[in-house]
Amino acid sequence: MPELRFPWIEVSILVPLFGAVWVHLLGNSERSLRHCVVICAATFALTVGELIDFVSLGAFEAHDHWLFLDWLFNRDIFVVDELSAYQLALVALIFLVTVLSTLRTKAPRFSLKLALISESLMLATFSCRESWTLILLLVASTIPPYLELRKRERCTRIYRIHMGAFVAMLVIGWAWMSMIDVHSSAVFVPGAFLTTACLLRAGIFPLHLWMTDLFEKGTFGTAILFTTPLVGAYAVMRLILPIAPSWAMQSIAVLSLFTAVYAGGMALVQREARRMFCYLLLSQSSLVLVGLELVTPIGLTGALCLWVSVGMSLTGFGITLRCIEARISRISLADFHGLYQQMPILSGFFLLTGLASIGFPATVGFVGMELLIEGAVDVYPFVGSMVVIAAALNGIAVLFAYFRIFTGRHNRTLIPMHARPAEKFAVLVLSVLILGGGLYPQPGVASRYHAAKELTRQRQNNPMTVDPEYAAAPEMTDENAAENQSDDSITRVDRPLDPPPVSLAKQPRH
Amino acid sequence: MNVTETVFQTLGTAVVASPTILLATLGLAALIDRPFSETSVSRLTQAAVLFSLLPAIGILVLMLAVGTRYVPVEIGDWVAIEDVDLDFHFHLKFVFDRLSIPFLILSCVLCGVVGAFTRRYLHREQGYGRFFLYYAVFYCGMVISSLAGTIETLFVGWEMVGLSSALLVAYFHERENPVRNGQRVWSIYRLSDAAFLIAAITMHHMTGQGDFGGLMSSGVWPEGTAAVSSGQALLVGTLMLIAAAGKSALFPFSGWLPRAMEGPTPSSAIFYGALSVHLGVYLLLRMSPLLEASLTLQLMVITLGAVSAVCGALMSRVQSDIKVSLAYASLTQVGIIVMEIGLGFRYLALIHIIGHASLRTMQLLRAPTLLRDYNELENAIGARITQRQSGWTRMLPPSVHRWAYRFGFDRGFMDIALDKFVVRPFLALFLFFDSLERQVTDWLSKEASRESDDAALHPEESQRVA
Repeated sequence: MPELRFPWIEVSILVPLFGAVWVHLLGNSERSLRHCVVICAATFALTVGELIDFVSLGAFEAHDHWLFLDWLFNRDIFVVDELSAYQLALVALIFLVTVLSTLRTKAPRFSLKLALISESLMLATFSCRESWTLILLLVASTIPPYLELRKRERCTRIYRIHMGAFVAMLVIGWAWMSMIDVHSSAVFVPGAFLTTACLLRAGIFPLHLWMTDLFEKGTFGTAILFTTPLVGAYAVMRLILPIAPSWAMQSIAVLSLFTAVYAGGMALVQREARRMFCYLLLSQSSLVLVGLELVTPIGLTGALCLWVSVGMSLTGFGITLRCIEARISRISLADFHGLYQQMPILSGFFLLTGLASIGFPATVGFVGMELLIEGAVDVYPFVGSMVVIAAALNGIAVLFAYFRIFTGRHNRTLIPMHARPAEKFAVLVLSVLILGGGLYPQPGVASRYHAAKELTRQRQNNPMTVDPEYAAAPEMTDENAAENQSDDSITRVDRPLDPPPVSLAKQPRH
Repeated sequence: MNVTETVFQTLGTAVVASPTILLATLGLAALIDRPFSETSVSRLTQAAVLFSLLPAIGILVLMLAVGTRYVPVEIGDWVAIEDVDLDFHFHLKFVFDRLSIPFLILSCVLCGVVGAFTRRYLHREQGYGRFFLYYAVFYCGMVISSLAGTIETLFVGWEMVGLSSALLVAYFHERENPVRNGQRVWSIYRLSDAAFLIAAITMHHMTGQGDFGGLMSSGVWPEGTAAVSSGQALLVGTLMLIAAAGKSALFPFSGWLPRAMEGPTPSSAIFYGALSVHLGVYLLLRMSPLLEASLTLQLMVITLGAVSAVCGALMSRVQSDIKVSLAYASLTQVGIIVMEIGLGFRYLALIHIIGHASLRTMQLLRAPTLLRDYNELENAIGARITQRQSGWTRMLPPSVHRWAYRFGFDRGFMDIALDKFVVRPFLALFLFFDSLERQVTDWLSKEASRESDDAALHPEESQRVA
C-alpha cells in the first residue's frame, strides 16, 4: 500500500487531541476561543495537506507509518482512501467554521474542549479501516454530546436510550459477525443488528428522535458538529455496504427515502428554526443514504458528491442560524422577524447555503443531486420521483425559513447585528467552496466516481452482496481488481474469490 | 472548424457569457458586501443585455445569409464521467434555431427595455442593487432556457427563473403580504420543477438521451419526430404539462399569478406579462413533437389551454386592481397560445408569444401612469367614467352572470381549492406526526421534551444581546 509523504493522518488526529488538553489548561479564558480557532485551522490545514498528498499519489488508498502507532497498534488501523480523503477535510472544515463562528459570549456555554475531542474522534473515525477500532471510535464519539447534556443539566434519557441501543447493537452485531461464516445465510441476523445500529446513528425514521432531542437540548454548535459530518453514513459505508446483499441495501434505501420525504414534510411544519434545521438535515442526509444504498456506481457517485455538499451547505446553513441565535436566542418561525436590514451578509449566505443544500444549479449540490436522481431512476423510477419530491419539499422549507427570519416586517431592534469579521470569514470560505464546487464540479465528481467504482468492486468480491444474475459471469475486467482485494480490513469478508464482472449499466448521456 | 462555424461559435458563446458575467459581477459584489452604485448597476445590466442582443442578431443575420436553420454551440461538458462502464455527460449545449432565436431576441429586448425603465422607477430605493441582482439571475436563466439544447440545461435556466421570480415577488420584504405571496409562488414553482425533473429523467431513461435533437430523432424544430412511443409520450408529456402549467400559471395553478403582482411593476411586467409566464409555453413548444406522438396528450393540452383562457377572461374582467386584471388578461392569451400548440399551430403560437409579450409589457409598464391619467380625466369631467356592458354579457341570464362574477372575483376558487384539498391535508398530516413525536419524546424523557416550545415569538425586540 502506498505511503503518504508525511504522517498527516496521525498528526491531524493528535493536534485537536493535544489542543483539547491545551484548552483545558487555559481554562475558560477569552484566549481559549482564539487558541481553539488556531488549533482547528491547523487541523484543517493538515487534512488538506493529506488530501493533496493522497491525490498526488494517485492510489485508491494510502497510509503512514511514521509515529508510535506502528508499534502500538496494527499498522493499518488508520488508512486514508478515496472515500475518506475528502471526508476528512470536510470534517475539519465543519469544525473550523463552527468554532470560528462562535461568539465570545457563547464560548463558555459551548464546550471548546469537548469540541476538540470530538474533532479528534471524528477524524480518527473517518481514517479508520480496522473494524473493532472503528466501532470503538463510533462508540466513543457519542460521549462528548452526552457530557454536554449532563453539564447543561438537561434530560439525557432520549439520547441515552438511543445511543445505548446504537452501541449495544453495533457491538453485538459485529461480535456475532466475527463468529460466523460471513458467506453463509447466518449473516442476516448480525447484519440486521449492524444495519439497525447504523440507521439509528444516521437518524433514519423511526429512529431519529434522538436527533431532534439533541437539537432541542444540546448547544446548537455541538448538535451541528455531531450530525453534519454524517458519521452514520460512514458507518454504513464501512460496515454494511461490503456485506449486505443488493436487495437488502435497496430495502434500506426505500426506508431512507421515506425518511427523506417524511423529514422534508416535517421541516415544513416546524415552528422553531433549530427543529426545522434538524429535519432538513435529516431529509438531506437520508438522500445521501438513498444513494449509498442504491449501490450502483452512478447512485454512489451522486451520494458521495451530495455528502460533501450536504456537509458544507448545511453546516453553513446551521452556523448562520447559530449566529442569529447567538444574538437573539431561539428563533421562532411562527412569525416574521425581518432581520435582513441588520444582517444582509448573513441573509445572503443563509439563502446560498440553503439553496446549495437542495441542489440548486451552480452550487455544489446540483450535480450530486442530478447523479443521485439518475441513479435512483435506474433502480426504480418511483424512487427517483420520491427523491425529487423530497428535494422539492426541502426547497420550500428553505425559502420559508429565509422569509420568516429575514423578511416580512420592519425590525425595530437597536442592537447592532452585523456579522463579525470571523463570521464573515467563515461565511466567505464556505461560499467560495459551495460556488466553486458548483461551477467547476468535474474534479470532485471524477474523484467521487472513482471511489464509487472501487466500493462497488469491493462489494462484488463478496458473493453475499452480488446479484445472482451477475454472479455467474466469468471475471472482472478491470486491471486494478487484484490490487483492491488485498488488505481491506474494514470488511474481513473480502476474500479472494472468483470475482464477477463489473456489471454497470452503460448510460450514454448527451 | 471553418470560418463560419468559428464565427457562430464565438457569437454564440458571447450571447451566453454576457449574462453569466453580469450575474457573477453583481453576485460577487453582494457576497463581499461591496455594492456598486445605482448608475454602475444599471449600466452593467444594459451592457450585458447589449452584448447578448448584438451577437444574437449577428447569428440571425449570418444564419439567413448562409441559409442554415440550426446552429449548435457546444460549450463543452460541465461534468463528464467517461469510463468503460459508464458514460455520463452533463453537456452544455446551446442551440440557435427558429424557436430559440426569436425567443432569445424577445428576452433581450424586453429585459433591456424593462432594465432601462427600472433605472428610474426604483431610483433611490433601498433594494435597488438587490433588484438588479435578482434581475441578473432572471436574465441569465431566460437566456439559458431559451437556448438550451439539452433538457438538463433547460432545467438550469428554468430553476434560475423560478428563484428570481419568487424573490422579486417578495421584493418589498418589509411587508408580510409580498413575502407570503413570494412563498406561494416558490411553492408552486418547486412542484412544477419537480414535475419537470421527473419528466426529464424519465425521458432520459426511455431514450438514453437528454439532447433535444436526439429526443426528436429527426429534423430540427419544428419538424422533429418524437423518439418515444405514444404511451411514453403521454407519460412524459403529462409531467411536462404539469411543469408548464405551474410555470405559466395555467389552470389550476393560476392563483399565484395575481399574488405575483405584489412585486415592483418592472418585474411584474417582465415576469408575468412577458417572459416568465411564457416559459411554460416555450417548453411545450420545444417539446411539441412529443405532443404529436399522443392524441390524448394533444387533447389534454387543448383542454388545459381552453379552460385557462376562459378562466382568465372571466377573472380579468372583474378585478379591481389593474395589474391583477392585466395578469389575468395575460393568462387568457397564454391559454390561447397553449391551445394553438395543442392544435399544432407552432409558428402561430410563436408569433402570438412575441406579440403578446411585447404588448403586455408595455401595458404593465404604463399601468401606474394610466391610473393617474384616469384620475386626472375624471377630475376634469367631474364624474366617473362609466363602463358599458358588452352585448353578450347583457344576454346572459342574471344567475349565470352572478355566478361568473363570483367565479371571477374569487379567482376561480383555485387558491381556495388548493388550500383546502392539498395544503391543509398535507399540513394536518404532518402536524399529526409532529404531535405523535412530541408524545413519544415526552414519554421517553418523562417530562416535557420540547424546549423550543418556550421560544419567544420576537426575541429580537427585547433589545438585548443573548
